[in-house]
Parts: sequence; C-alpha cells; structure tokens
Amino acid sequence: MEVNLQKRLGDFSLDVAFDMPSGGITALFGRSGSGKTTLVNMMAGLLRPDSGVLSIAGQILFDSAQGVNVKPEHRRVGYVFQEGRLFPHLSVKANLYYGRRFAPKGERYVEPGQIIELLGLNALLTRRPATLSGGEKQRVAIGRALLSEPRLLLMDEPLAALDAGRKSEIMRHIERLRDEVGVPIVYVSHSLDEVARLANHMVVLADGGVIATGSAVEIMSRPDLSPHTGRHEAGALIETRVEGHDSFGLTALAFPGGVLRVSGLDLAAGTAVRARIRARDVAIATAPPKDLSILNVFHGRIAEMIPSGTAAMDLQLDVGVKLWARITARSAHELGLAPGKEIYALVKSVAIDRHSLGLAEPPNRD
Amino acid sequence: MFALTPLESEAILLSLRVAFWSMLISLPVAIAVAWLLARKSFYGHALVNGLVHLPLVMPPVVVGYLLLLLLGRNGALGAWLFDWFGITVAFTWRGAAVASAVMAFPLMVRAIRLSLENVDIRLESAARTLGAPPLWVFATVSLPLMLPGILTGAMLAFARGFGEFGATITFVSNIPGETRTLPIALYSLTQVPGGESGALRLLILSVIIAMLALFASEIMARRVRARMEG
Repeated sequence: MEVNLQKRLGDFSLDVAFDMPSGGITALFGRSGSGKTTLVNMMAGLLRPDSGVLSIAGQILFDSAQGVNVKPEHRRVGYVFQEGRLFPHLSVKANLYYGRRFAPKGERYVEPGQIIELLGLNALLTRRPATLSGGEKQRVAIGRALLSEPRLLLMDEPLAALDAGRKSEIMRHIERLRDEVGVPIVYVSHSLDEVARLANHMVVLADGGVIATGSAVEIMSRPDLSPHTGRHEAGALIETRVEGHDSFGLTALAFPGGVLRVSGLDLAAGTAVRARIRARDVAIATAPPKDLSILNVFHGRIAEMIPSGTAAMDLQLDVGVKLWARITARSAHELGLAPGKEIYALVKSVAIDRHSLGLAEPPNRD
Repeated sequence: MFALTPLESEAILLSLRVAFWSMLISLPVAIAVAWLLARKSFYGHALVNGLVHLPLVMPPVVVGYLLLLLLGRNGALGAWLFDWFGITVAFTWRGAAVASAVMAFPLMVRAIRLSLENVDIRLESAARTLGAPPLWVFATVSLPLMLPGILTGAMLAFARGFGEFGATITFVSNIPGETRTLPIALYSLTQVPGGESGALRLLILSVIIAMLALFASEIMARRVRARMEG
C-alpha cells in the first residue's frame, strides 16, 4: 500500500509519504493536531487530497495526476469512527448488515456469524444503539465495518471515548480480529499503550508530516522520538515468549537478554508476547546487586548516553536486546557511567502491567 | 342538531380533499428544495430561498391573482396544461389544492430543512464508507432521521390547506361543490342575513378538526421518537 498525499486546510498543511505492509496492524501515531484524522479521512475518500497518490491492495484509489478519485462507497475501505456513528434508527442487527448488500459476492471473506460471535454481539442484535454502553457501541461499529467486507479497515481512536476497563476489553477483540480475520488495519492512536499492544508497524506523524516509519518494535525503542511519543512514556519494546509460570503467580517471559518475570499471564507456554519496558522503570547498578527485591536483573553494557531534559540522562543498554534507562544526571556522574561500561539493568516486575503487554503474532497477507 | 347539513359535509369533505392533495403534491418538492437549501451552496441560493418564502410574506390575494395569471386558461402555464393534458386548474378543486400547496410551501420547507440540518452529516459519510451510494444513504439514513420534521411539515401544510382562504377564493372563486371549502363556506354564510348560526357551526367544526389533526400528528411524532430511543 502506497500513501503519498498532500492537503492544505487553512493554516494546517499535511504532506505525507510512506509505504504500508498489507497485513497486520499499522499504527498511525501522533499527538492531536498532527493530522492523523485528516489522513484517514483522505484514505476513506471522505476528504479530497489536493494532490498525491493512494493505492491499496494494488488498486489506485486516488491519483491527482491521472484524475482518479474513487468514491468512498467504491473504495471498500471500512472505517470505525471514534464516536461509533451507529445509525440510531436501526437495530444492532440492521446496523451490522447495513453495508453487506454492497459487498461483491465473489470477494467475500467475512462470515457474519463468526464476527458476531467474536465480538460478542449475539445478545445485542435486537437492541437499539441508544441503549448500548460505549464499549458495546464500539464493538457494533467494528462489526458493521467488517461485515461490509473491507479490504482495509481504518480505526480512528476507537477507544478514546472509553474507560480503562472497556479499553482493554475492546483491545482483546481487536487482537483477535488481527489474528483470526486477517484484514489489514490502520489504527490511529495517540496512546503508546494501545500501539505497543496492537501494532506491528508504525507511522509517527507530527505537524502534518511523517517523522518515522518502521516496525513497532524498532520505532518504540528510539529515544530520539520521545518528544513525539511522550517523554514519560519513552522505553523499549521487546519480543518475548512465555516460558512458564511459577507458584508465586509470576509468568516468566524469555527473551535474548534473559528471563523477564511479570505478574501472572493466563497464556500457554510458547505464546509470543510483547513487553514494553519504560525507561523510567529501569534502574542501573554497576555491580551484581545482592539482597534486592527486584527479580529482573540483566547484565550488559551501556551503548549510548543521551542527556534528556535538564537533570536526566537516557541510557541505551545492550543486554542482548536494546533497553532504555532514564536516570538522573547526578547518578550517572556518581556511578561513573560511560558508553561501553558494564552494568546491570534492574526492572521491577510490577512496573510491567497488563497494559504494557500484547500478544504479538500477526498473520501475514503479503 | 348535531347532524351535518349537506352543505356542511360537502364543505368539510372538499376542504379535507384539498388539504390532503395539496400536502401530498408539495411534500416531495419541499423535501427536494429543503435538501437543496440545507446541503448545497450554489449561485442563486439566496434567490431560491427568497422565492420559497414569498407566499409567507405576500398578501394571499396577490398570490391567488398571480396563480390566476399563470395557471388560468389563458395563462402561460395554464394554456399549456390544457392544450397538452386537457387539465383545467383555475376554478376547480385542483386549483384550490394548488393554491393551498403554494401558500403552505414555505412552512413545509422550513420544518423539513430544520430537521435535515439536525441530521448528523457524519452518519451519512459513515454509510458511504459501508458502500452505500448517495441516494441509498438519503433514503435509508437521512430520510428516516428527518421523519419528525417531515411529519411536522406535513401537518402544518395540511392545516394551512384546510384553512386557506385568500389565495383560494381569488384563484378558484367560490363555486359550491367545487371550490367552496370550509372557510369559504363560512365566509359566504357571514355575508347573508340569518347565516350567523350556520357560521358558528362551521367555526366549531373547524376547531374540532384542527384539534384532531394536532393530536394525530403529536401521536405520530411520539411514535417516531420512541422508535429512535429504542
């Protein structure tokens, strides 16, 4: 999928160009005002770009040079809006099936029963949108978009209006869609937790331009992007596999740097899990620590040191994978830290909460 | 005492027929014009808007005379209608329906336009992304959501048509059994000696009919609302 679009809206101008893999979840990440919604509206055909090219699954949807601009109803791009946008006068069932009649019979891959089951909508079918909770509305909106057989699904901050409990519930559903339905998804968000948990690929937007694009693991581990990803959220994303569970209720996650112990996960051994370790949750010791409550100790070297703000220092650590640690400049000075120096990185198990973990096994439809 | 005289039932049935047809013929046109005014910006928008509202601010007699000039047997449109379709409008009940429709048109357009402006345009774009072409979106999303406004507009037009006097009498005159609607019959009774009691009966009848129409539209509006709130 190729995206190369330009648009001026008053004082704001958007100019983006990037390629997107045709499988898994691509996160469009950026603060509010960075142009995320403008971009997805152009992808859906709801907003006409000034110039550029957009092609999805080998079909050109917009090309200013050739005068191509496919109408939204012919794009087969599903759209899950932030506010749901369910039709208030129709039942849940009628909402779900609204777009189905327009999907070409020969190109259907979605089984409505399976989607309704997967999103847990069976009990809601006869209800009206006004009687649904926020989380239920969003599940119906996702189902409605999928039943129209989209070749690409856009999700514009689908969790923004939900409380934390509902968020994690919907994220579970989105993970299952990614793994079981296989429709490529563009997921717009300004929450690093959501992106870390769901995304395979990431495009970072700021002020209407693309700052970085690449795999989620790679992008999320770059501290130079922390002004855009949020200073307090900076950290590393690592790929792990469930090794086992101990009798104290902890789960061991194996990764190239050792074993990361986190609060118990209800997952079978061998399951791939992504863990995000925030830089501010990592402490540094220069000698093997003893008599310490922290279970996660990884031996490695300092790769790089970058001052962050006035009193802090970001350390890139090589412990088999890349980790980041944010410590005070004073500690760095007193410990005599320098690139190349051997260190022990300490990570509190409880710092890795459920929100920092995601199942990571995307299907590939390339 | 309570039985209707043949004259009264004739006037009432005629008024109902005129009101019903004037409402029915103006409804699709009013929806189209309301959509045009609410959703499209074009050259001459203000002019169309002004034309639509003209009957509201012009004396009804002027509107009636204008219709006579236009739709009379020798009028530009009237002659054409007669020559091609054999339809006569002036001095018939159809003319009364046309006069009522023109007079009620601004009220209808206003009510429908207001409801259309309240329809969330974002729901329409959501429907487009689901694959629905614009006309389908209008029929399955916009129109049902406008229903309360359409009902209000239709009711206003019906009431206006039932009671229309000035334009009607100028355009189609006062012909018993053909154009003597309830208000015209009432007016005629007040013009003859001893007609007071008959006029009073017609007055009471028109109040009753107006109240019934109001109740009916209120009940329908409530049903529509209940359906949306599930």
